[in-house]
Amino acid sequence: MSDLHIRDQSQDRRLFIGRAVLAAVVATALLLLLVGRMFALQVVDHQHYATLADGNRVRVEPIPPTRGLIFDRNGHILAENVPTYQLELIPEQVEDIDETLDQLAELVELRDADRERFFRLLRSQRRFQPVPVRQNLSEEEVARFSVERQRFPGVDIRARLARHYPYGELTAHVVGYLGAISREDLQRIDRSRYSGTNQIGKTAIEFSYEPILHGGAGSRRVETNAQGRVIRTLDVREPAMPGDDIYLNLDVELQQTAWDAMEGQRGALVALDTRDGGVLAMVSRPSFDPNELSRGLEHETFRQLQADPARPLFDRATRGRYPPGSTVKPMLGLAGLDATDLDPDAPLRCTGEFFIDGRDRPFRDWRREGHGPTDFEKGIVESCDIYFYALAMELGINNIHRYLTHFGLGERTGIDIPGESAGLVPSRDWKRRALGESWFHGETVIAGIGQGYMLSTPLQLAKATAAMANGGELRSPRLLRGFRNAFTREFEAMDPPESHRSELLSQIQPNHWQRTIDAMVESVHGPRGTARATGMNAPYRIAGKTGTAQVFSLGEDEEYEHEEVAFHLRDHALFIAFAPAEDPRIAVAVLVEHGGGGGAVAAPRARAVMDHYLLKLEEEADNGG
Amino acid sequence: MAADSFSVRGNDSNGLLGNLRLDGPLLLGIALLSGFGMIVLYSAGGESTSLLIRQLIRIGLGLAIMVFLAQLPPVLYRSWAPWLFLAGLGLLVLVLLVGETGKGAQRWLNLGFVRFQPSEMMKLVVPLAIAWYLHDRGVPPRWWQVIVVLLAIAVPVALIVRQPDLGTALLVASAGFFVLFLAGLRWRYMIGGLVAAGAALPLLWAYLHEYQRQRVLTFLNPESDPLGAGYHIIQSKIAIGSGGFFGKGWTEGTQSQLQFLPERSTDFIFAVLGEEFGLLGVMVLVLLYLFLFWRGMVLALRAQDNFGRLVAGSLMLTFFVYIFVNTGMVTGLLPVVGVPLPLVSYGGTSMVTLMAGFGILMSINSHRRFMH
Repeated sequence: MSDLHIRDQSQDRRLFIGRAVLAAVVATALLLLLVGRMFALQVVDHQHYATLADGNRVRVEPIPPTRGLIFDRNGHILAENVPTYQLELIPEQVEDIDETLDQLAELVELRDADRERFFRLLRSQRRFQPVPVRQNLSEEEVARFSVERQRFPGVDIRARLARHYPYGELTAHVVGYLGAISREDLQRIDRSRYSGTNQIGKTAIEFSYEPILHGGAGSRRVETNAQGRVIRTLDVREPAMPGDDIYLNLDVELQQTAWDAMEGQRGALVALDTRDGGVLAMVSRPSFDPNELSRGLEHETFRQLQADPARPLFDRATRGRYPPGSTVKPMLGLAGLDATDLDPDAPLRCTGEFFIDGRDRPFRDWRREGHGPTDFEKGIVESCDIYFYALAMELGINNIHRYLTHFGLGERTGIDIPGESAGLVPSRDWKRRALGESWFHGETVIAGIGQGYMLSTPLQLAKATAAMANGGELRSPRLLRGFRNAFTREFEAMDPPESHRSELLSQIQPNHWQRTIDAMVESVHGPRGTARATGMNAPYRIAGKTGTAQVFSLGEDEEYEHEEVAFHLRDHALFIAFAPAEDPRIAVAVLVEHGGGGGAVAAPRARAVMDHYLLKLEEEADNGG
Repeated sequence: MAADSFSVRGNDSNGLLGNLRLDGPLLLGIALLSGFGMIVLYSAGGESTSLLIRQLIRIGLGLAIMVFLAQLPPVLYRSWAPWLFLAGLGLLVLVLLVGETGKGAQRWLNLGFVRFQPSEMMKLVVPLAIAWYLHDRGVPPRWWQVIVVLLAIAVPVALIVRQPDLGTALLVASAGFFVLFLAGLRWRYMIGGLVAAGAALPLLWAYLHEYQRQRVLTFLNPESDPLGAGYHIIQSKIAIGSGGFFGKGWTEGTQSQLQFLPERSTDFIFAVLGEEFGLLGVMVLVLLYLFLFWRGMVLALRAQDNFGRLVAGSLMLTFFVYIFVNTGMVTGLLPVVGVPLPLVSYGGTSMVTLMAGFGILMSINSHRRFMH
């Protein structure tokens, strides 16, 4: 037994040794094969794999440029860039989006609206593009998420610069706001300059000077991890070209005064520098908070603003079309002096009614009992309608159209923000084209007091008023004062727009100009002037004209009772003025929708702005040395 | 048995190691490999010291088990082998019935205080049991003995494939087969078996899970699905290839550190080594493995009885299979099968099993009888 066992064992042993050595040799050979394989990968094909590894980790990324800032004429900042934090999610890297959102909701506030917006964007974007989950995270929320970041693959915080408007609604209609780049925007921009940027100027200055403000995108090489997160910047291949800063003619303190003057009203106030056409203040109320819109994606807010019956998004100053009413009287008076043989000193007897030959329906004066004997000056000072009915008939619609057009009414002012209305100065041609009807005498009559088809914007009235102050010199209102080059940091002033002296207006005799302006001064400072309450105690002289524009027509014997008429049918209150009358520097136009009488409602608001500009600013300038 | 009373310490009978029945060179190899592994793991795990500490605890636990198992005489393993085998089979069935799921497979038995993977135990129990069956039946094994052995391999392997855990099944099958091979399995049986296996491949294909089929297909053409199943292999090859001869430097591997490489502290840690330490680091690792492997084979050759020889040889050849399957997978030579890089990959179970194997090896070596 023992022998057998030992013999068996030695046979076992020999066999085992053979097999074990064979196996060990094969194993060693296989490990050497492995080393050979590694040699092939790491030495022979090294370059190939090194390139692939770099391709994995290195990505070229656009550097969006920093948008230029917007300042007022005194260097107050109207639009700036502030950092905000946005929570983003890359759909293809997140397994269960609903659950991830629920978990995120424990760290940052997620409202239903946020989720709704997220899912709407999720459907419209590609799977590998980050979708914003929440915007404007607070510092605390950023901190809370950062601690838990590892739990959320595919979710990250992105810091970006957001546009901020420190003055909010005060400057909203002038400065504008940014919005997401739309399909239409893509048609007109150079896409390479916009890579990495997702917002673009949508309205006003932000829109007009978009190319200057935006600059151009650069690019950098970044190292990313497998989730596409940027770990660090390797190098900058092409630096971004920052946008230039813009300076406006606007004086934001004056704007504030104008804003306050329009408190509680719907309407507009425009103040122009008569010497260069610069827009000193331009207010349209109600307004909106451009910060909410520039934050982007707040569709609900935008819908609410659009649906608001007060139309806060609508810039009444440049787009609102209103009957100019009696504010056209100085211009038509001037036209009468120039084009007809009107004797300004010959009084016309105003009974409160005016008849066209062969018609028995009267055109009434705003004062039922009439003004009595009325000459040129009284016609303007007391705003006698009958005087101007008669003058309009003398002039005829062709002359009315010609002179008002030369004052810039009925055509765009050429201000450097988009979307302004042209208004309307009716003519025989226009009526035939637009309505297919011939012109009636009655329409000429009411054109004499700026009613009927006639429509103008507050900005047009301000421009015409400046032309009145300048003896017929027309200038396009201009918001841009200059810009500061992003590289040289040097301010480059823009030349004021070239003035355009209309031939028609420039050949008007100086004494005709003087009579008209004197009458405007008298209407503010005279004892019977329609704006006499406004002119009281003014240390400088104002040349102005009130207007009360009818929104609807009265029946023959109806009496207009302000308090009884529904708000939307009430008269618009208007006032135009320039000052100081003998050396004009500022021209103002005010419109208060459904405000009632121009003298009582509109004129005091213009006075506030002129006081600020002519007194307070002067005082400051004196004190400043 | 009386024979055991003769048993004394082996050649290296002097000193602390001898008293503990441990083999110095083997222990040195294990220490060097684990040390090198910890260095790579530090980088692969994102420079986390807590990961290192957990790994260190596992190595310590493994060493303790190794020392303990080295004290038990081989005869004890031999006599317990059949019972351990039956118990293991029972546990595998239990896993399929009440096991816990992890990473999509049912592998774990929760014993209340510890989660336990019976399939891991079978890496040691199957070769022990087969060596027990073959050790005194004369060589080479007869055809019917071969059939019995193949059944003893097939049943646990099939149960493990069901979990499914292809990597462990492969290692258990290898361990069992190596005993048979070392016991002198006739070449003609082996060739016949290969032919039969080739014929059975389509059957096996039908038996595979969808993800396992996908792995094979991906292995055959990784570029067919670069973002899906092929991603692992492609990124791993990029990591290794971009490492070059000297490597990118410790903790400087872009593929590893920027998370392009999947499973980088466990199954794909070899790619981290290749990327950061280059071909030089790979050769150092291969040399350490060869040293450990050859030392183990020498101990197997020195074993005095058939049981010890078969067990020791099989354990060392299985150790080689670990190395080759893992590195082959990471370098794209073999399909992706979940096998860790022995003594280097992060993970508790395989570390403990490997150390236990070395413990049995040291027991066999240190309980030799003097024969003159």
